[in-house]
Amino acid sequence: MSPEMLFDLLWKALLQTLHMVAVSGLIGSLIGLPIGIFLATSGKGELFPAPTLNKVVGLIVNAARSTPFIILVVAIIPFTRLLAGTSIGTKAAIVPLTIATVPFFARLVEAAIREIDKGLIEAARAMGATPMQIVTKVLLAEAKPAIVAAFTMTIVSLIGYSAMVGAVGGGGLGDLGIRYGYQRFMPEVMLAVVVVLIVLVQLVQSAGDALARRFDKRNRQG
Amino acid sequence: MTIPDSAADAIRHNPAQNDPMVTFERVTKRFGNDEKSFVALDNVDLVVGRGEITGIIGRSGAGKSTLIRLVNGLEKVTSGRVVVDGTDVGGLGETGLRSLRREIGMIFQHFNLLSSRTAFDNVALPLEIAGLDRAAIKAKVGPLLELVGLADRASHYPSELSGGQKQRVGIARALATSPKLLLSDEATSALDPETTQSILALLKRINAELGLTILLITHEMEVVKTIASHVAVMDVGRIVEQGRTFDIFTAPKHETTRIMLAATSGTTLPEWLKTDLRQTPSAGDRILVRLTFLGATAFQPLTARLVTEIGGDVNILAGAIEEIAGEPFGTLVVAYPATPDTIARANRFYAETGLSTEVLGYVA
Repeated sequence: MSPEMLFDLLWKALLQTLHMVAVSGLIGSLIGLPIGIFLATSGKGELFPAPTLNKVVGLIVNAARSTPFIILVVAIIPFTRLLAGTSIGTKAAIVPLTIATVPFFARLVEAAIREIDKGLIEAARAMGATPMQIVTKVLLAEAKPAIVAAFTMTIVSLIGYSAMVGAVGGGGLGDLGIRYGYQRFMPEVMLAVVVVLIVLVQLVQSAGDALARRFDKRNRQG
Repeated sequence: MTIPDSAADAIRHNPAQNDPMVTFERVTKRFGNDEKSFVALDNVDLVVGRGEITGIIGRSGAGKSTLIRLVNGLEKVTSGRVVVDGTDVGGLGETGLRSLRREIGMIFQHFNLLSSRTAFDNVALPLEIAGLDRAAIKAKVGPLLELVGLADRASHYPSELSGGQKQRVGIARALATSPKLLLSDEATSALDPETTQSILALLKRINAELGLTILLITHEMEVVKTIASHVAVMDVGRIVEQGRTFDIFTAPKHETTRIMLAATSGTTLPEWLKTDLRQTPSAGDRILVRLTFLGATAFQPLTARLVTEIGGDVNILAGAIEEIAGEPFGTLVVAYPATPDTIARANRFYAETGLSTEVLGYVA
């Protein structure tokens, strides 16, 4: 394969990966964020006490997280068709990726919020804050660095998951690696795909870390 | 509103507190369900006088934290009533509680500042919660940081401030909504002695200048001695003693108070003396007497006169002059021959000068 052709294939696959990861990462996190907040604040004696619903949502989240991604992709094909109008292609692949993102990000957000000192919640209550004000002004503000780190971790995981959606013709870098590198015995394509993925993950991680550090005011030196 | 006898008693015991800011009436607080319940507060009656600094002292687990949290409804009473400036806290719904809380400031042992906000924005938080606009907030926060001496630290984050500075931000934040009452939850317990003194001085100044009522809980005698005009001593969920700080500390009636006082005041005897002390005299023994100087007598040259009266054979074994709630208070432990003649002369002198005395025992 000529270098130009390889480059062309890689570029197209990279764009497909970026497209899938960006859309599913954004939508999945937007849905996962409130679920994570709910999980962290709806236990007994917490801000929005709803212990039963908390347990039910927790169970669903666990179930979704324990389903292997490749099985999830196949299992929800009817739902994917309903939502995307098709069950193959990049657009269709976004549906299972989004669904996998939601519980993953929700659990990370829950952990981030639970890390916050309970004294801050008490202080806000003592000021006369409503539960909603406590969420927006205290919990989300204080958990911001951890939530940014959680988002970074989610995107990195999604880049990995997106390699599997070749199974439904989703395209992307993983799909390219399997079809050319493995099935057509072209190790140079496989190598190129792996290198691009490594660089991509590094970039995402560094950007995420830098952003989280900027938001983190806990360890500043005078 | 009628005041039950128990609370009326508390008022009679503290004549200065006939204008209450907070009244606890037979307050009991139980945690947990029936089988495994734990009584944190047991039938507590307490009056916090308007414009005063009232200290609640007790060991950890005495129920102080629960008591203070009943005032702003962070905890709810199991039975009894907590009345804040005429309002029964237990009768308020969530909305009522929130508006009450905006009239009550609170400061904490671990400051509880938001790490993501600067000093300025931390002080601004209660005002944002109350719905003030940016301009109104700016107009209030500046003077508050000025008041606590942190005007030049407005844009610093809590991690860039010392413990004392963090508590100053906490105090400014608690004052932001111009409360009528300030609750202090072990506010100096995480600070070193020097910083503690400066924070106490600030609280005292705020009390004097703004006329703000302060209710504080602490396990440190020093804190109560320094700033509280009134004190309540707590032990396992009960208030065992309450009244003017000077009265309670110079004449403690309850064992808990005595034990806590002994740890801080200069009246403790040296260890070697305690082991040698006998309750009945034998020939040639010396008598040990604790003299207490209150108010005006603390400043008179009584020791020199005592030496003259007894005839020179007096030694001083322990002593201290302290200030309690702004009044001087001295104690002196002296020993002299336990002969009837010397004792008679000494007692005549005590009666004449009005010194209060306590015979501790006899040593060889």
